[in-house]
Amino acid sequence: MIRSLSIALLPGCWTSIVGPNGCGKSTLLRALAGLEPARSGTIFLKGRALPAWPRRERARSIAWLAQSSAISDLTGAEVVALGRFAHIGWLAHRQSEDEAAMYRAMMATGSLAWARRRLSTLSGGERQRLHLARTLAVEASVMLLDEPTTHLDPPHQEDIVRLLREQARGCGVSVVSAIHDLSLALAADRIIVMGYRGLVGHGSIAEALAGDWLSAAFETPVKVIDDRGVHLWRPSLEAP
Amino acid sequence: MDLGGGPLAALARHRLIVWILCCLAIALLLAFGSLIVGTSSVETSLGWLVKPDADSSVVLWQIRLPRTLGAWLAGALLGLAGGIAQGVFRNPLADPYLLGTASGAALGVTLSLIAADASFEGLAWAARLGVTGAACVGAAGATLLTVSLTRGVLETRSLLLSGIVVAFLLGSTTQLIVLSRPDIWRTMQSFLLGSTGFLSWSSTQLLGIVLCASIVPAVLLARGLDALTLGEDTAQSLGLSLPLLRLTLLGIVSVASATAVGQVGVVGFVGLISPHIVRETLSVNHRQLLIGAPLCGGALLQAADLLSRWVIRPSELPVGAVTACLGGSYLIFLLWRRSRRG
Repeated sequence: MIRSLSIALLPGCWTSIVGPNGCGKSTLLRALAGLEPARSGTIFLKGRALPAWPRRERARSIAWLAQSSAISDLTGAEVVALGRFAHIGWLAHRQSEDEAAMYRAMMATGSLAWARRRLSTLSGGERQRLHLARTLAVEASVMLLDEPTTHLDPPHQEDIVRLLREQARGCGVSVVSAIHDLSLALAADRIIVMGYRGLVGHGSIAEALAGDWLSAAFETPVKVIDDRGVHLWRPSLEAP
Repeated sequence: MDLGGGPLAALARHRLIVWILCCLAIALLLAFGSLIVGTSSVETSLGWLVKPDADSSVVLWQIRLPRTLGAWLAGALLGLAGGIAQGVFRNPLADPYLLGTASGAALGVTLSLIAADASFEGLAWAARLGVTGAACVGAAGATLLTVSLTRGVLETRSLLLSGIVVAFLLGSTTQLIVLSRPDIWRTMQSFLLGSTGFLSWSSTQLLGIVLCASIVPAVLLARGLDALTLGEDTAQSLGLSLPLLRLTLLGIVSVASATAVGQVGVVGFVGLISPHIVRETLSVNHRQLLIGAPLCGGALLQAADLLSRWVIRPSELPVGAVTACLGGSYLIFLLWRRSRRG
């Protein structure tokens, strides 16, 4: 259960959610996506309470990437096309703008080569990139991603980090992601640090590092080094 | 930019059309076979086709033709229901009877037989509609009981478990009633093993109407099933109303399977293996699956009907026993092939 949380997620900003296992990162993302009802309090999207949004309109505004997606027999193109469901609906055929959105999304994630491959025949990393493409294809103003770099090798993790930055800074999207990898999470613009007892702090990366929020959240010293403006987590290999 | 359009997609669509035409050609061949197989010899039946008289016309056009057409339609309903059930439950072992529809229909028929105090074989075509009604009511009641035992339709696993419990509960109730009324035991056995012997033009019409009424909304909702393959959270985030989608699709499963069971009894495996055959022979999304599975199911039950009349002619095997043999053999083949692939 997440208690006493009051935050604002800004457009054109990439916010990372970090914290130990079981602290509620995924729960928070699910609540923001409207998949988990809040027992008290309200979540607002563009000034309107989330439950007040019509279902499809909300789906056009919020794109969601689950922590793990089921393996399916759909082709890559069919999976990415589902990202346009809120725009197309049940019956309509894809228009040129939908095809263009899909193309842009698959180009951005480097997944165009798998358009006609069945999801079940792809590796974990390849599937993850197709699911990311599906999320991008929604062209929503809010992107909520739970562990977007799962199964990805380091070069592709870098690609995704660059992509999220571009979506936020270049396209004005409000990007929120939960990432276990602290070095990747610290590449964001802002951070929400959660601990076992609730919210530790939220603000800029500099504030988080100055306040040593990460050590408080993980209840163990967390060392972060600055490598020419890039914050990197330095694991402690010495015995405690 | 080729994302599902272009020459390869045209080839995929072409392949689907060829597959559909093959299924229809098989159905026509089986229909012809059904016209010439029966208590009379094949030579006699062929002679009737060439030179029909009043009696042979009744046999061919009032008995054998509606039987094979009805078998195709009932198989198509079961194939459609199976394809939907496997999509909704995201379980390749789901079949149309998962919500307890078969057990509910069997109980409905048992109670109607007790009420009518008549044997199954003796019912006229109008009374068949009465049995159908009882089967539909029983199947619908079983579905409602299954759904009410869960917290609505929000949890797939609860729905599955509840369906199994309801199936056992209603099945055992039916068995207890039949034990206490041995006079209807033979009739119920005929129903529980499946029979295409009582299909008439009126039942064929009913099956056709229900098939049209079921397949259209199912195909229209197929995109929802595609989204469900990615997980419930993802499907919900895309803008789908999961409870409404499940309710509508399970309603279609219930009506389709109840109508089929009401006309041909409890015929197993057709709804289970039809979607598998489509997926094994053709790579499809759900829209294509829900067109292919009925075609496949129809041909399967037609073939089973023909076999049931051919193997021990002039007697007949119960068609459900034949589908069980065919379906079971296919599943064994699938398991063997998968174990070989490792």
